[in-house]
Amino acid sequence: MTQPSSEDVELQVLLDAIYQRYHYDFREYAEASLRRRVAAALVHFDCETISGLQARVLHEPKVFTELLDFLTVQVSDMFRDPSYFRAIREQVVPWLRTFPTLKVWVAGCSTGEEAWSLAILLAEEGLLDRTLIYATDINPESLRAAEAGIYPLERMALFSKSYLKAGGKKSLSSWYTTSAHSAMLDRSLRKSILFSDHSLATDSVFAEVELISCRNVLIYFDRELQDRAIALMRDSLRRRGYLGLGSRETLRFTSHDAAFEEAAPKERIYRKR
Amino acid sequence: MSTLDAIVIGGSAGALDVLLNLLPQLPRGFSVPIVLVLHVMPRKPSYLVDVLKARAALGVEEAQDKQPLQPGTLYCAPPDYHVLIERGRSLSLSVDDAVHFSRPSIDVLFESAAVALRSRVAGVLLTGGNEDGARGLEAISRAGGITVVQAPKSAQMPHMPEAALARFTPTRVLSSAELGPYLTSLGAPE
Repeated sequence: MTQPSSEDVELQVLLDAIYQRYHYDFREYAEASLRRRVAAALVHFDCETISGLQARVLHEPKVFTELLDFLTVQVSDMFRDPSYFRAIREQVVPWLRTFPTLKVWVAGCSTGEEAWSLAILLAEEGLLDRTLIYATDINPESLRAAEAGIYPLERMALFSKSYLKAGGKKSLSSWYTTSAHSAMLDRSLRKSILFSDHSLATDSVFAEVELISCRNVLIYFDRELQDRAIALMRDSLRRRGYLGLGSRETLRFTSHDAAFEEAAPKERIYRKR
Repeated sequence: MSTLDAIVIGGSAGALDVLLNLLPQLPRGFSVPIVLVLHVMPRKPSYLVDVLKARAALGVEEAQDKQPLQPGTLYCAPPDYHVLIERGRSLSLSVDDAVHFSRPSIDVLFESAAVALRSRVAGVLLTGGNEDGARGLEAISRAGGITVVQAPKSAQMPHMPEAALARFTPTRVLSSAELGPYLTSLGAPE
């Protein structure tokens, strides 16, 4: 075993400090990406060492709020990986139709692109009126942005293309209104989405749901935390419920491979046994 | 046993040709896992893996999240994801911002390898038209690892190797023809 470097120790101490002071638990995040993000934060806050950053985080809650963005925010796209949404439409929706009421959970929704995409998809399939979408994240700023559902106008061209490839039935522009620089998603979708604070690392089951979409979230966890988060999702799913992961995520290296079967292998959609 | 836990390779424009020439030279019993970042257009996902597989005696796979590194296997970064090496000698993926307009980025892989494996890694930087990889290779050098830069004269696009050479002196500067024998010696079993 090689000795830990000073920086290794400083990183662990920073994560412990954040946990004890603010109850956010990054201690089981995959280290390599976390390190890059902390390194970017050091530059931003003009700190020479992680210890220096730690002192500021402990004494200035505003610094922690900003650091949280460095540690958590992922930019996603609406209808990212269109074939995923197409598979939801073609393979999952028929099963969803058999229920009088539905619950869908977007775990780690970041700034909301995926939750709004699923709301549009379910609206076009005539299911949104009976659906409640839980969109959860640990970053309050992300949740505020997600709830607002306002995105830069220049991103809408890409979103529209993906929407059509995903099997969209109209034009994406019929789902938003524009102002000079931004697009605001249709308020009629909003009443079906509940944006709320939830941590896959420290919180527990809060509902029984038919579909969970958790994409490019687990890659930021180490294997132990991945296992716990997947167990939490398994326990939240109704029997035969669906779990959708990111296009390069897999249950193969987790302890829960046997609890699920592959429903759409290429799209990484799994089904609880 | 080799003293290396992994060989990391990065390249951009022109690097596919170098790899197609290099891979057939690496024997099946090659004892060190290889992780590769090649800048390609994020279009056909399996294209790169299929092309390399056809030429290589080693196993070629697309890198999967939390996959443990196995000897005799080459792992390709998936399009539109960064690939990183973790301390437990496994891979992880991220969708963090592009670095040098690239995702996957060579710097992201190399810098993670320098932290996770320190002196037990060899980094190889091939031809390319931007500066991705130079910083990461320097990090490997500072961590005590082996560093190899493709000789700019033998590179289709010399900018990437030159950017590395401007920062530090690598262990070796090799022409594309010299890469095969050198890497074979690094990965020789026993």
